[in-house]
Amino acid sequence: MPDGGIGAPTKRREDTRFLTGRGKYTDDFTPQNTSYCAFARSQVANGKINSVDMSAAAEMPGVLATFTGEDFVEVGGNPAGWAIVSRDGEPMKEPKRPVLAHGKVRHVGDAYAAVVAETLEQALDAVEAIEADIEELDAVIDMASAVAGSGSLVHDEIETNTCFDWGWIEDNRAATDEAIKAAPHVTTLELVNNRLVPNALEPRASIGEYDPGTGDYKLTTTSQNPHLSRLLIAAFVLGIPENKLTVLAPDVGGGFGSKIYHYSEEALVLAAAKKLGRPVKWTATRTESFLADAHGRDHVTKIELATEKDGTFIAFRTETMANVGAYLSNFATVTPTFLHGTLMAGNYTVPNVYVNVKAVFTNTAPVDAYRGAGRPEATYSLERVIDKCARELGMDPVEIRRKNFIKKDQYPYASAAGLEYDSGDYDALMDGLEKTADLAGFEARRAESAKNGKLRGLGINAYIEACGIAPSNLVGILGARVGLYDAATVRVNPTGNISVMVGAHSHGQGHETAFPQIVADMLGVDALSVDIVHGDTSKIPFGMGTYGSRSLAVCGSAVFRATEKIIVKATAIAAHMLEDKPENIEFNDGVFSIKGTNKNVGFGDVALKAYIPHDYPIEELEPGLEETAFYDPANFTYPSGAYASEVEVDPETGKVTICSMVALDDFGVVVNPMIVTGQVQGGLAQGIGQALLENSVYDKNGQLLSGSLMDYAMPRADDLPNLVVDHSHATRCTHNPIGSKGCGEAGAIGSPPTIVNAVVDALVRGGHDVDHIDMPVSPSRVWAAMNK
Amino acid sequence: MPKITMNINGRETSTEVENRTLLSTALRENLYLTGTHIGCDTSQCGACVVHVNGKAVKSCSVFAAELDGATVDTIEGQANADGSLNVIQQAFQDHHGLQCGFCTPGMVMSAAELLKVNPKPSEAEIRDYLEGNICRCTGYQGIVNAIMAASGQDVPSIAAE
Amino acid sequence: MYDFDLVIPTSVDEASTAMKADGAQALGGGQTLLPTMKQRLAAPETLVKLSGLSELVGVNAASGTLSIGGATTHGQVADEASAYPALAALAGNIGDPAVRNRGTIGGSIANNDPAACYPAGVLGSGATVVTNTREISADDYFVDLFETALEEGEIVTGVNFPIPDAANYQKFDQPASRFALVGVFVAKFGDTVRVAVTGASNGGVFRWSEAEAALNANFSADALEGLAVDAGDLISDLHGSAEYRAHLVGVLTRRAVQACS
Ligand SMILES: Cc1cc2nc3c(=O)[nH]c(=O)nc-3n(C[C@H](O)[C@H](O)[C@H](O)COP(=O)(O)OP(=O)(O)OC[C@H]3O[C@@H](n4cnc5c(N)ncnc54)[C@H](O)[C@@H]3O)c2cc1C
Ligand code: FES
Ligand code: FES
Repeated sequence: MPDGGIGAPTKRREDTRFLTGRGKYTDDFTPQNTSYCAFARSQVANGKINSVDMSAAAEMPGVLATFTGEDFVEVGGNPAGWAIVSRDGEPMKEPKRPVLAHGKVRHVGDAYAAVVAETLEQALDAVEAIEADIEELDAVIDMASAVAGSGSLVHDEIETNTCFDWGWIEDNRAATDEAIKAAPHVTTLELVNNRLVPNALEPRASIGEYDPGTGDYKLTTTSQNPHLSRLLIAAFVLGIPENKLTVLAPDVGGGFGSKIYHYSEEALVLAAAKKLGRPVKWTATRTESFLADAHGRDHVTKIELATEKDGTFIAFRTETMANVGAYLSNFATVTPTFLHGTLMAGNYTVPNVYVNVKAVFTNTAPVDAYRGAGRPEATYSLERVIDKCARELGMDPVEIRRKNFIKKDQYPYASAAGLEYDSGDYDALMDGLEKTADLAGFEARRAESAKNGKLRGLGINAYIEACGIAPSNLVGILGARVGLYDAATVRVNPTGNISVMVGAHSHGQGHETAFPQIVADMLGVDALSVDIVHGDTSKIPFGMGTYGSRSLAVCGSAVFRATEKIIVKATAIAAHMLEDKPENIEFNDGVFSIKGTNKNVGFGDVALKAYIPHDYPIEELEPGLEETAFYDPANFTYPSGAYASEVEVDPETGKVTICSMVALDDFGVVVNPMIVTGQVQGGLAQGIGQALLENSVYDKNGQLLSGSLMDYAMPRADDLPNLVVDHSHATRCTHNPIGSKGCGEAGAIGSPPTIVNAVVDALVRGGHDVDHIDMPVSPSRVWAAMNK
Repeated sequence: MPKITMNINGRETSTEVENRTLLSTALRENLYLTGTHIGCDTSQCGACVVHVNGKAVKSCSVFAAELDGATVDTIEGQANADGSLNVIQQAFQDHHGLQCGFCTPGMVMSAAELLKVNPKPSEAEIRDYLEGNICRCTGYQGIVNAIMAASGQDVPSIAAE
Repeated sequence: MYDFDLVIPTSVDEASTAMKADGAQALGGGQTLLPTMKQRLAAPETLVKLSGLSELVGVNAASGTLSIGGATTHGQVADEASAYPALAALAGNIGDPAVRNRGTIGGSIANNDPAACYPAGVLGSGATVVTNTREISADDYFVDLFETALEEGEIVTGVNFPIPDAANYQKFDQPASRFALVGVFVAKFGDTVRVAVTGASNGGVFRWSEAEAALNANFSADALEGLAVDAGDLISDLHGSAEYRAHLVGVLTRRAVQACS
């Protein structure tokens, strides 16, 4: 491995600007003559808009323009990116999602009007002057009653609150039902996967610009995928020609899914910029983030696990209601379906799996993919019901999992939920976990805790996830409305340094450091001579962006392929320079040489030759050294892991303290272990946050009770233990050129059941008759469980 | 509009503000010191922490007009005179104490105050001290490690074995 | 945020005069007021800055009394109130370091948030709130949540705490805000015990008189056996039911008593 190549824990180059305050996030840009936008947002969860009178607002000082839903009736809506077909063959229901609410407001925070003014305060003053007559209607909040259809409708025109009723795999339904009926043991668990607010620390922000001289638009925005946003705005929402719209996602302060989607505020600042011929800026307050960012999770699930008496799994059957909120956000329909149902066989050789998901409209903020997206829900259901089953059968939780693990000689393995896992070794991960987490020493630690009056518990679980989304042909059949390849252009500059333009976007993942490691490794050049360009549609090839732990597996593979092409062409140029045939040339450590001789030419000289093609075989070879590759993956990748946590419960207050968290993951080939460790730790914090602290709660009228950081508990440094991470038990991904699987979401997927398993274990060992506590396992809930 | 003069990162700096102008707004919008970030509106996230007269303060929660004559230090003034990263900044890079970088300025400024009042904090003291600084990316492990390292204490190696 | 006039007085007299203006309001550390103003939930016409007024800043212990100036920050109290360790500890556990560097005792007790810490310390100590016009005993000062005996324009210039023989504050954090989900302050003066509870009640901070009576008779955790506050008047929210809060009051009171002995 060259210094700084694949496998090196290279320090991040992007850190220098962030550590000195020189990062450039969207709100840090204020183009000359910027005006400011503020939104009027619904205070009620469901309301009929009788009138919105903007006349007083328009007269307020500094006001430049006002907008209501009326202004956008002629333009398109923000679409769902994935069409789901219900069990009965009916297409899903897709009500229009307008730029500004029109006719009805459908959740607290739903924007129904906007004002642009010279200053932000003037815009806010003007919003207060809007006279809106909005008649409050009964809100639909609870999913069960929404589905029952007894009360109001979120969208009158679709005549139901059920978006779809999906079965996976429908053909397996009868067999699964039969298997469960005949099974000697069935464990049933009803659980809630709590609703979360992603809360990337940088609130969303967007700046629209329009140049009347050229007709060009520019949107600077907090996006994980600028090309996707451009496509949606161009093709669906505003109809701006794609070639007339540049979308720039500069430094972005975290996304976790919430910045994948196109949001109305982006369309509005563009429309306003066009109208005014001035830049228009909007920056969310945290309050707006809570009200109007896409939330995550929010499933209510019943899962059954049928087993033999010895713990051999026979079937998993799941019934889930998934909240999609008031409108379909871009990935809202795929998250609870294909990113969830297909994982419901877990790491196990279970023959029967059936999943039913009803997606439900409610008068709440839209719900969409949040770190893990569907896989945390799957993992949580599986690993909780398995724990409960083990307890019922009197089996050790490690033993029951091992008994059912897919063994390492069974790959490729076709799971009962329709995926083909390419590689893995779950027993090796569990072996490693037993050691690293010192499971054998638990009993002694428990006794020590007991001496201090604390109940100690141990939680363990496995997980598997699917990332590196995804083969376009496959997802096309399943309803995706986009392809899911990614793209990279490797441009070797005449002086030999290299610019790599990528479709993926880095908002914490360290692409600027890790991607050059791949190129440096392949070309034998110094990684610092390679720079990554991302986030600007005017500079990068059309790629699908960063989410689903796909950047390295998909976009990194595109970088790999493009670099391969560079090597092929450079070899041809080198062959000409060395006066031999390309097949006789070998390339090692940045040097092209004729095999078996010491005749050679360096990479830099070849690059120069490519751009100064004197004495050059111009008939056979184009000048230049720049290659683009689009990489469409052959399969998902399947990271897996084994996690353990020990907790202490204060029996008097119910407070849970996490004593340890150990995560062993198999990510295949790791390019930068330092970055991967950080990704896992960050994911763990979010998973622990879900399990212990975070909860987005609406009251029955649709008011968001957890609408600020005062009531929505974010994990802080002192909520978390040392996070022990080990990714040394790796099996290579077999179908992408790097061999990497993806690590961004693993921690958030694997850890919620670990914590809840541990808390339940602590209570059971403490003599309490408890088999489940819903997340977050807050002190009050644990206390209630102990005192029911 | 009142005109105020502050010593910002070692330089006398004057600017005009409204009474309602927050220090964070004055820094970001009047003086283009956009390293100080705004992550919330309830004074909780700490992305905006700067030092006022040597003490860590949430710049989103103090009016600029209160600070005529004050000394204000921001992330932009933390590097060594030659532009290299100072000990804390360098430790954040060495121990992967940041990902998206949005919380980072506030974290570094809080860490700087911590090490001033407690030059060799324990891990628990570090975690406790960071109560007012939220990071959504790192799980805090790299941050805690960085602060341990910046105070000359051992930290476990962060790369996987 | 709406704009306002800002007065930066150089003495309490000047401040008192400025506070007579219509719509005038004191500005302490701003750690409560600024977030409220950002949400446009408060719109003072004039703010009178008290923090930094040297007359209002300081921590002094003399003849069994700890006096804290009304504009003294939580951080300064945590550092300097060594004569009253339980109070120093309380102050040192309010919010986070940056909040403690700005927030003041006067602002905290003028605001009287039902989940705030100082009200428990002030009421539990039987302290005297000193204003620019009078002295108010703690028992008369806290009226209801966000409501005190302060008149329009009145400034908290200081708080005088009699220093007890033993005292302890137990705070159980609300997981999100880290204010007190429940906080209990116990102080023992000779044979008299005061128990003040914050975070729990719809009426703000209160004295748990049954516990006080029991502890007066026998200052030990056992004396609290079987005692419980009535959950009927307590706060129920997404962080805990009234029953849970009532239970916590008992647990924390016991722990505070244990920590005293
Ligand atoms: C993140 C965060 C966490 C916090 N955690 C806690 C906690 O755990 N426990 C806790 O108790 N508090 C907590 N607080 C609140 C904090 O203690 C505030 O500092 C305090 O409540 C208000 O004090 P202030 O000086 O900042 O007052 P300001 O915000 O300036 O004023 C608050 C109110 O008091 C009035 N006022 C201010 N000073 C005076 C005076 N001298 N005389 C008369 N009226 C006055 C103002 O007019 C205003 O109405 C927290 C705050 C934040 C932002
Ligand atoms: S922006 Fe200041 S604390 Fe969040
Ligand atoms: S690095 Fe992203 S919030 Fe801390």
